[in-house]
Amino acid sequence: MEKPEDIARNIRKALLTMIRQAGSGHPGGSLSCVEILTCLYFQEMNIRHENPVWMDRDRFVLSKGHACPALYSTLALKGFFPMDELDNFRQIGCRLQGHPDATIPGIEAVSGSLGMGLSQGIGMALGAKCLKSGFRVYVLLGDGDMEEGNTWEAIMAAGRFGLDNLVAILDSNEFQGDGPVASQMDYNPVGEKVSAFHWRFLQIDGHDFKQIEDAFREARNNRGKPTFIQAHTVKGKGISFMERDNSWHGSRGLTDQEYARAMLELGEPVL
Amino acid sequence: MSARENLSMQDITLKYWKIGDNVSLRDAFGRILCHLGAQRSDFFLFDADVAGGTGSKPFVERFPDRVFQFGIAEQNAMAAAAGFTTTKLIPVVNGFAVFAMMRSHEQFRTAVAYPNRNVKVCCSHVGVDVGPDGATAQMLEDLAVARSIPNVTVVVPADANEFMKAFPKVLDHQGPVYMRIGRSPAPVIFNSEHEFEIGKATVVHTGKDVSIVATGVMVARSLEAAQILKGKGISARVINLSTIKPLDEDTLLAAARETGAVVTAEDHNRLGGMGGAVCELLAQNHPVPVEMVAVNDRFGCSGEPADLAAFFGLTSGDITEAAIKAILRKVPKQKFHNRR
Repeated sequence: MEKPEDIARNIRKALLTMIRQAGSGHPGGSLSCVEILTCLYFQEMNIRHENPVWMDRDRFVLSKGHACPALYSTLALKGFFPMDELDNFRQIGCRLQGHPDATIPGIEAVSGSLGMGLSQGIGMALGAKCLKSGFRVYVLLGDGDMEEGNTWEAIMAAGRFGLDNLVAILDSNEFQGDGPVASQMDYNPVGEKVSAFHWRFLQIDGHDFKQIEDAFREARNNRGKPTFIQAHTVKGKGISFMERDNSWHGSRGLTDQEYARAMLELGEPVL
Repeated sequence: MSARENLSMQDITLKYWKIGDNVSLRDAFGRILCHLGAQRSDFFLFDADVAGGTGSKPFVERFPDRVFQFGIAEQNAMAAAAGFTTTKLIPVVNGFAVFAMMRSHEQFRTAVAYPNRNVKVCCSHVGVDVGPDGATAQMLEDLAVARSIPNVTVVVPADANEFMKAFPKVLDHQGPVYMRIGRSPAPVIFNSEHEFEIGKATVVHTGKDVSIVATGVMVARSLEAAQILKGKGISARVINLSTIKPLDEDTLLAAARETGAVVTAEDHNRLGGMGGAVCELLAQNHPVPVEMVAVNDRFGCSGEPADLAAFFGLTSGDITEAAIKAILRKVPKQKFHNRR
């Protein structure tokens, strides 16, 4: 079996290549959630890439939809669709839309409008209870999600419903579109808030596989409450000149030189 | 027979109301929910603390395990409904239109309609029919905002019996549906034999001089108008347009061709609603004079529904006047020939 570090490196290469190809597409927030996605898709979740709509599958919602280059790359590496489809990202006529579209194999929810992901996860988790199915639901939130009222409605409801089959992971990279969270609308400290809404709260390093794995295990063994994992991450993680530089948040393409340098850092020299 | 068995027998033989009864469509919502609840287990009610106000309370009392109470948090209820459909179960989101349709409109657009999720949104408190609660609760824009979104079907039953016929079809339809419930008691105009099909308008009164295309509470008033017009020697066709989207183009274009003038009648803003939908169709395919009976681009206010109907120009008298105006605007055939 491939080592998670290698899978994560391949996801980073794929997502930078597709953003390079498309000329835009949110590299910073994609790079910060790569370890979390690796752990979910290659270890934690019970999914079948050959039958993506199998009823009892675990479900994943990328609430921070702008990080879809990371998710698309993960799904392609997992076999949900061919790797070469990544080349069509953001192009007219493509399946891989600029933000997740539900017709893409493996995509469970539309996202890209922040604040709607956790609610959609709640609907799935309630459905699992109605069907008496054991499937679990994972929702990846971004910092921006935490400022939307809809997210707090969802936090209130999931705690009240006692959805122990629901896990929210916050990719807490401390930046949002226009600047640091601390200067825009600081939602922290989040632990006290979600605990007051009857969630189990965990805090981890979102780039440490062992800690991510342990948190998911703890969530699985937890009864009667949803689990909220604040994963502390670095925006632009893995590419030295992108780390904590928020100009890599949004629609900025990579020059030939930048792309070559990034790939070199990932051990893949561009010839 | 125990009381419970007796109750389930009542569920099997669904009772309709008599023509001429005055019945709120909310009563029909509660009755049909309970009836179908006993027959099928695939739908669930997503409530936002308005089961009493929307008429779904009997279902909540009868089937508490099939109700999710979201509290007063409509955005969460709507987006959760979208996620719920990934289990093939059907969420029925009920609410007051302003809250369930408008506050959670983006959730409806992006999480429900864009991926074509099988969510049913049933809303009471539409039009000035709401009455004393006033402008904040009187949604006059719901048809406009619902029909402008792709994939969405928009259904507006005209009376309690049509509601009971329509709701099972709405549940069986694949894809998002917005359905108006209404609030105030409305005259029953259809008997239990009435057939409802999504996308099919029905001619409820034949006529050749003008066509009155009406929806919701305005259908009964249009039938009254047709009687008044008859007294003036005018033969008015009345069409119940109970699906605003998709439009029954055949029935509407036939009406335009055969009667040469159209009146639209709706308890909604004049802009963007059913009348707008009819005009879009006619302007592109068979332009004829159209008069629109609707609220004239203003907010509602408190008052009894009947008084508000008079104040905002939504009575059978207003429809009658509009019909005469539309007829007078027809291009005289004689003049047209002379010019050639």
